[in-house]
Amino acid sequence: MKNSDKRYWRGLEELRNDEKFVKNAGSEFADAPTDTQYESLVDGTGSNRRDFLKVLGFGMAAVSLAACETPVKKAIPYVNKPAGEFPTLANWYASSYTEGGDFASILVKTREGRPIKIEPNDIGTGFTGIGARVHASLLGLYDNEKLRGPKKGDDTKVSWESVDKEIMAQLGQIAAKGGAIRILSNTILSPSTKSVIADFTAKYPTTQHVMYDANSVSGLIKANELSFGKAVVPSYDFSKVKTVVSIAADFQGSWIAPEMFAGQFAETRRVSSSKDGKKDMSRHYQFETTLSLTGSNADYRTAVKPSQLGLVVSALYNKVAAKTGGKSISSANIDVAHLDKAANDLVAAKGQALVVCGVNDPSVQVVVNAINGLLGSYGSTINLDAPSYTRQGNDVAMNQLVDEVKGGKVDALFVMGANPVYDHPRGAELAAALPKVGLSVSFNDRADETSSLMKFICPAPHYLESWNDALPKAGLYTLTQPTISLVFNTRQAQTSLLKWAGAKDDYHEYVKANWRKNVYTQGGKGDYESFWVKSLHDGVYMAPSTATGAGSTFAGDVDAAAAAIGKTYKATASGLELALYENVGMGNGSAANNPWLQELPEPVTKACWDNFAMISQFTASELGFAQGDVVKVDFKGKAIELPVMVQPGQANGTVAIAIGYGREKAGKSADGVGKNAYPLATFNNGFLSFAPGEVTVAKTGDFREVAQTQTHGTVMNRKSVLQETVLGQFQKDPLAGRFIPKIPTSDGVVDATNLSLWNGHEYKNHSWGMVVDLNTCYGCGSCVIGCQSENNIPVVGRQEIINSREMHWMRIDRYYSSDADVEDLRGLEIASENPEVTFQPMMCQHCNNAPCETVCPVLATTHSSEGLNQMTYNRCVGTRYCANNCPYKVRRFNWFKYFDNDNFDYNFNNDLGKMVINPEVTVRSRGVIEKCSMCVQRIQEGKLTAKRERRTVKDGDINVACASACPTNAITFGDMNDSESRISKLLAEEIEGRAFHMLEEINVRPQVSYLTKVRNKDAKAAKEVAPKEHA
Amino acid sequence: MHVTSPVREPLVQGGKTYADVTEDICRHVEGAPTKEWKIAFGISLLVLGYGSYCLAWTWWEGLGVWGLNKTVGWAWDITNFVWWVGIGHAGTLISAILLLFRQKWRTSINRAAEAMTIFAVLAAASFILMHMGRPWMAYWALPLPNAFGSLWVNFNSPLVWDVFAISTYFSVSLVFWYIGLIPDLATIRDRATSKVSRLMYGLFAMGWDGSAKTWSRYEYISLILAGLSTPLVLSVHTIVSMDFATSVIPGWHTTIFPPYFVAGAIFSGFAMVQNLMLITRVVYRLEDYITLEHIETMNKVITLTGSVVGVAYITEFFIAWYSGVEYEYYAFFNRMTGPYWWAYWAMMTCNVISPQLFWSRKLRRSITFTFFISVIVNIGMWFERFVIIVTSLHRDYLPSSWAMFSPTMYDIGDYLFSFGLFFTLFLLFSKYLPVINMAEVKAVIRSTSAELPKKIAGVAKVRHDLNNVGQRVPSYDKDKE
Repeated sequence: MKNSDKRYWRGLEELRNDEKFVKNAGSEFADAPTDTQYESLVDGTGSNRRDFLKVLGFGMAAVSLAACETPVKKAIPYVNKPAGEFPTLANWYASSYTEGGDFASILVKTREGRPIKIEPNDIGTGFTGIGARVHASLLGLYDNEKLRGPKKGDDTKVSWESVDKEIMAQLGQIAAKGGAIRILSNTILSPSTKSVIADFTAKYPTTQHVMYDANSVSGLIKANELSFGKAVVPSYDFSKVKTVVSIAADFQGSWIAPEMFAGQFAETRRVSSSKDGKKDMSRHYQFETTLSLTGSNADYRTAVKPSQLGLVVSALYNKVAAKTGGKSISSANIDVAHLDKAANDLVAAKGQALVVCGVNDPSVQVVVNAINGLLGSYGSTINLDAPSYTRQGNDVAMNQLVDEVKGGKVDALFVMGANPVYDHPRGAELAAALPKVGLSVSFNDRADETSSLMKFICPAPHYLESWNDALPKAGLYTLTQPTISLVFNTRQAQTSLLKWAGAKDDYHEYVKANWRKNVYTQGGKGDYESFWVKSLHDGVYMAPSTATGAGSTFAGDVDAAAAAIGKTYKATASGLELALYENVGMGNGSAANNPWLQELPEPVTKACWDNFAMISQFTASELGFAQGDVVKVDFKGKAIELPVMVQPGQANGTVAIAIGYGREKAGKSADGVGKNAYPLATFNNGFLSFAPGEVTVAKTGDFREVAQTQTHGTVMNRKSVLQETVLGQFQKDPLAGRFIPKIPTSDGVVDATNLSLWNGHEYKNHSWGMVVDLNTCYGCGSCVIGCQSENNIPVVGRQEIINSREMHWMRIDRYYSSDADVEDLRGLEIASENPEVTFQPMMCQHCNNAPCETVCPVLATTHSSEGLNQMTYNRCVGTRYCANNCPYKVRRFNWFKYFDNDNFDYNFNNDLGKMVINPEVTVRSRGVIEKCSMCVQRIQEGKLTAKRERRTVKDGDINVACASACPTNAITFGDMNDSESRISKLLAEEIEGRAFHMLEEINVRPQVSYLTKVRNKDAKAAKEVAPKEHA
Repeated sequence: MHVTSPVREPLVQGGKTYADVTEDICRHVEGAPTKEWKIAFGISLLVLGYGSYCLAWTWWEGLGVWGLNKTVGWAWDITNFVWWVGIGHAGTLISAILLLFRQKWRTSINRAAEAMTIFAVLAAASFILMHMGRPWMAYWALPLPNAFGSLWVNFNSPLVWDVFAISTYFSVSLVFWYIGLIPDLATIRDRATSKVSRLMYGLFAMGWDGSAKTWSRYEYISLILAGLSTPLVLSVHTIVSMDFATSVIPGWHTTIFPPYFVAGAIFSGFAMVQNLMLITRVVYRLEDYITLEHIETMNKVITLTGSVVGVAYITEFFIAWYSGVEYEYYAFFNRMTGPYWWAYWAMMTCNVISPQLFWSRKLRRSITFTFFISVIVNIGMWFERFVIIVTSLHRDYLPSSWAMFSPTMYDIGDYLFSFGLFFTLFLLFSKYLPVINMAEVKAVIRSTSAELPKKIAGVAKVRHDLNNVGQRVPSYDKDKE
C-alpha cells in the first residue's frame, strides 16, 4: 500500500498529519488512558481489557474463597453502640460476691457486655485473694438450668404481675388473721437487704427472719455471748500470730473466711534467703479428724477422733493454765501427741498466740475462749469489737422454724437463697411439712430441692446481674453492681419483697438511699453523689474504725463448760466414728451445678466428681476395705452408700464424708454426683454437729472408682522434684534442703546445668518467668479455676478424670511423706499414717531447652523471643510426642471435641454456657495439644497498652491468671530482664537460697522457679540431705 | 560363580528340574483359588472389616476412644507401629544383605519375605496416620513447599526422620520386590491361557524378553538395589529407635537403642517369615523349596538376634544401676517389679529364653516347635515395645502424674485392622503372584543338585519315564500336557 499512489486515510486527522494523531498512530485505541491514569483499579477511574480480566479473576477467586469460609453464625453488629463499650476492649467493674455468707471483694471483667472473668479486688479490704468458688461463680451466671422466669406450681408461663397479685392477696389475708410469716435465708451480709426485710416486717408485723448456715458456727457465736456477752463471730488476725493452734478448724479451707485467713497467715510463713531477710515463721499446730487443707499445711498435726476433740481443748486449757496461772478445770486424761509442745509454744508466744476451734459446740468454744483469754489473744489476734458477719446463722432458731412448719404454725414462708430441704439435717421433715404452709415462696434461681416444693418461685438473678451491698466485717461496706443486663426474666428478691410490702422503690434506688442514710454518715467525704460514685467505682467503702477489741475479758463459766465437755466427749472410744466435713471446692453444695467446681480436684484427696467415705490406711486394712469398695455407712438407720477413699492422715477408727454432694434438683452437672451427707448430721443441744457419733460401715460388694487427678501420693524421695527443709536448718543455711546436682567431668565437678548441647536463647526485650513459693502455697486450688476461667479450659467429666485426662493447665501436685527408707522403692510408694504434706503448683515450666520443642515434627511448639514456650494449635497434628517428652507432664491433649458434644454436656455444650468463653483465647479443637501459655494473651495486651501509651511495660502491668488468683501471693510473675521487677528482686534474694528449678539435672532450664518449702519443725526431724553426684 | 559347598544339603530338594520349578510355583497362580485360601481370605476380610469399623470410629470420634491418657500418650499405637516396622526388616535383610553375602538359601524365601516387608510397612504406616490427633493434616510432616510462609518441618524431630526413613524404606523395598518379580511375571505371562491374565501379567512384566542382556541388567539392578537397601536395614530401625532415644524420658533416653532395635527387628522379622513360610510351604506343597535347611538357618538367625536382644536388655539394667541416675534406675526397677511386671516378664521369657531353645538341633529342626517359638517371639517383641513405651511413660519424673494405661476395644480393634490389612494383602499376593522367586531358584538348582537324583518327580519324571533317557532338563511343551 505504501507504494501505491492511492492513499486511504482513516480520517481528516491522518490526512492533515496532526501532531496528536501521529503520536497515537501506533495504538489501537487512540484515546486510551495512559498507564498511570488507570493505576487504581478499584476507585472507578476506569479500566481496560486486562483490568477486566483481573477483576474477573479476582471476583472468581473472591467468590470461591468466600464460599470456602466457615459460615459466621450470629455475628450481630451494634446498631447503637453502648456508651463506653468498645469491641475487643474489656470493661472492669468492682463488685462483691456474697453467697450464703461467703464474701469476696471482686473485680468483674466484661467483654462486649458479658462478664468473662472474676479477679480479686485488691483494694485493701483484708479479703485478699478469692477462692475457687468465687472464680467459678462466674459460670453460675451462665447456668442453662436456671428458671427463665417466675413459676407458680408447675406453671412457668405466669407473669410477674399475676404472681405479685396472688402473693399480695394471700399476704393480705395472712396479715389480716395475724398468721405467722417467716423469711428463711442463709447468712445475709447485706445491710440493705436486712433493711428491706425490716420494711417488709413493718408492713407485715408477724414476719420473722431466720438465718441458718449449712456449715454453722452458731456454737462459736453462742460461746462468745456466754464468755463476753457479745453474740458475734470476732475478727481474727492471723497475720499477727506466732503460734496458732487449730482444733478441727479448717481456717484455710472452709472456716468462716478461709481465703482471708490464709492470706493473713501466709504473711507469717513467708521467709527470705537474703542476709537480713525474714527468717522467722509462725508455727501451726492442728488437731483434727480428717486431713483438712489446713491440717495438711500444719507444722505439727495430730489426728484425733471427733469424740476426743472437746477433751483436747480442755487438756490444752489445763496445760496453758498451768503455765499462765489460770485455774485448772476437770478434764479426762487424754494422750495427744504434740499437745504439750503446743501449749508451751502458745504460752511462749503469749500475745501473739491464737487458738481456733471448728467444733460447733458452745461448751468447747467457751473453753477455747478461756485459753485465748489466758494467752492475751483478745485485742491482739482476736477482735471482738470488729465482728465478722460472714456467719450469722442461728441453729436454734432454725430448729424452731422446722418445728413451727411441722406444727403447721407457719402461714407464709419465704426462702431467700437457702435450700434447707437439701442442706439441713432435718430437711426431710421440712420437705414433708412444706405443703402445710399456705403461702410458700422461693427466691432461688432454680427449682431446687426446697423450691420445687414451694407454691411460687420468684427467681432472683445471679449476683453479677444484681444490685446489692454487703457488710462482711464491721466497718467494711461493699457494693455489688450488675455487670450484665438480666439474662432471664428474673427479679431480685429484695425488689419482690419491697413490692409486696407496697414500697415504690426499686432496689438500686433503695441501696443508694440506704447508703446515704447509714453508710455516708460514717465519715463519707464530699457530696453524696461523688461518695456513691467513688464507692461504686471502688466496690468498697471502709468506714473509719474505732474498735480496737482490747479489753474484752473472758467472763464465761469455764468449769460448767468443762463439765459439759466431760459429758459429751470420751478419752477413749473404740467404735467407728463419723465425721462430716466441708470440701474446699464444693463448699456446702449450693453451687454444685457448676462443672468447674465439680471437676476441681479437692486439694488434699485430689478427687473430684464424687464424695466418698474416707478412712485411714490402718482402718482400711483393719476392715478389709480397698479404695473404691462401695460401703454402706449407717448412722442410726440413716444410711448412705459411698465408695471408700483411703486417706493418709485420717484419724484411725473414723469415717469422714464431705457435705455438698448428692444434689437431686440442681441440674445436670450436680444431680446424682455423690451422696447427701447432711441427713447424717445431728444436733447437740440445738447446735448443728458434724460429728454425729458412731456408725456401722459394711461393704455392699459394689465397686465405684474414685475419680482422682493424682493417683500416686508420695514423692518417692525425689529431691530434684520437691525440696524442703525445716526452719532451724534454713536459719543456719538458706541452701538447706536444696538439691544441687553435680556432674564430674574432665574439668572437675561442675553443676549439671553447666553442660549443654544447646546455645540457649537470647531475650533482648522481656524474659517472662514465674516464681512459686512452696512455703506460702497452701494448695487451695483457686489458681486452677482462675486458669480454667481465663483460658477456656473444657470440663471433661468424671469418667475422663478416671481415665487421667483432665485438661487443667494448672494443677497442684500434692505429695505425702513416707516413713520408708529411701532405698526402699516399694515402701516409698506408701504414705505415712500421718504424713507431712506438700503442695506444688505445676504448670508449663517454659523450658529454655524445651524437650517438647525439639520433638514436634511440624514446629507446632516453638520458643518465643520472650522466654515463652508457645503452642500453635493450628499447626498441631497431634502426635503427642511433646506430651510424652515433657518431664513435667503439663501438656494436655484434646482426646475428643469438648464443645458442642453431647458426651460432654457441660458449659461448652450450650449457647448460654459458651458465653463464659474468653474471646482472647482460642477454643481448642480435637486432636491438638494444649498447655499453659503463661497467659500470653495478657502479656500481649499489656505490651500493647504500654505501646499505645508510649512507654515500656512496667512491673505489675501484667499478671497471669494463676498469680492473680492466689490468695497468698505464692506465685510471682514478671519480667526477669527488668531488674526492678518483683520477680527479679525475689530471685536475686533467693538465687543463692531457696530458688530451685524442678528436675534441675536434666537441664531443661525452666523459666519457672520454686522456693523451698520450710516447715517450722524441730531440726531433729529433718533428714540429712547430701548433695548427690552423678557418676 | 554359583558355588555351593558340597557338604551342604541341597537347597532345593526333590530333584527339581527348571520345568518343575515353574510348574510347582505357577500352579497356584494359574489355578483356581483353593478352599483353604478362600477360608483364610474370608477370615482376613472379616478381620479387616471389623478393624476398619474400629478405625473409622477412632477417626470419627477422636483418639479418646483409645485408653491413652495425659501421662501415657503413646501405647498400642506406637507399639504396633514399631512392631510392624520391625517385622518388615527380615524381608530386606534376606533380599539385600543375604544377596550381597551370596547366601543362596535366601532364594526360596526372599520373595515372600519382601512381600511381607511391604505389607508390614503398610501396616506400620497405618499406625503413623492413626496415632495422629488430626490425621487429615498428616501431610504437614512432609517438607512440602507451602503457602504458610516459611513454615517447614522440624528437622530436629525424630518423627520427621521417621517419615523419611519409612517412606524411603517402603519405596526401595517396593521397587526391589517389583524388579525381582519381573522375570517371574514374564513366565506367567508366557504361560497364561486367558487374555486378561496375559494382558495383566504382561503389563507388569514390562516387556521382559529373557535375553542375556535383559538378564544382565536384571542382575545389575538387583545388586544396586541390594546395595541401596542394605543401609536401610540398619537405618530404619535405628531411626525408629531414635523416636525414643532422643527423648528425656527415663527408659527411653538410651544410647544402646539403635543396635538393640535393629537386632530386635530382625529377630521378630525372621520369626514372622517363619510363621508365614511354614504355612505357605504346607498349603502350597513347597516343602522341596522351603526345606528344613531353610528353617534351621532362619532359626539360627533368630537365636543370634535373640541373644543380641537379651544382652541389650541386661546391659540396660546394668547401666540403669551403674549410672546412678535415680530416675533411670527407677524406670528399670519399675519395669521389673512395677504394675506392668507381667509385660516385662512376658518379654523376657519370650525374647530371651525361648530363642535359646534353638541351640538344640532337634528343636530347631522341628517344624511345629519352630512355628510355636516364632509366634512366641513375635508376642515377646510386641511386649518389648509395649514395655519400653508404656512402662517408661507411665511412671516418669513426677510421681504426681503417674498413671496406668489399659487398652479399650478400639486399641484392640485398630490393631486387628493392621492384621486384617496385612493378611488380606499377603493372601492376595500368595494367590496372584509367585510366592517363590522362580528365576532365582532356578539359578541355584544346578549348583545344588549336579546330577539328577534317582528319585525324580514332577514333569521331569513324566518325560523321564516316557523317553527312558537321562535327559535332565526337558524342554517344556505345554501342548503335550
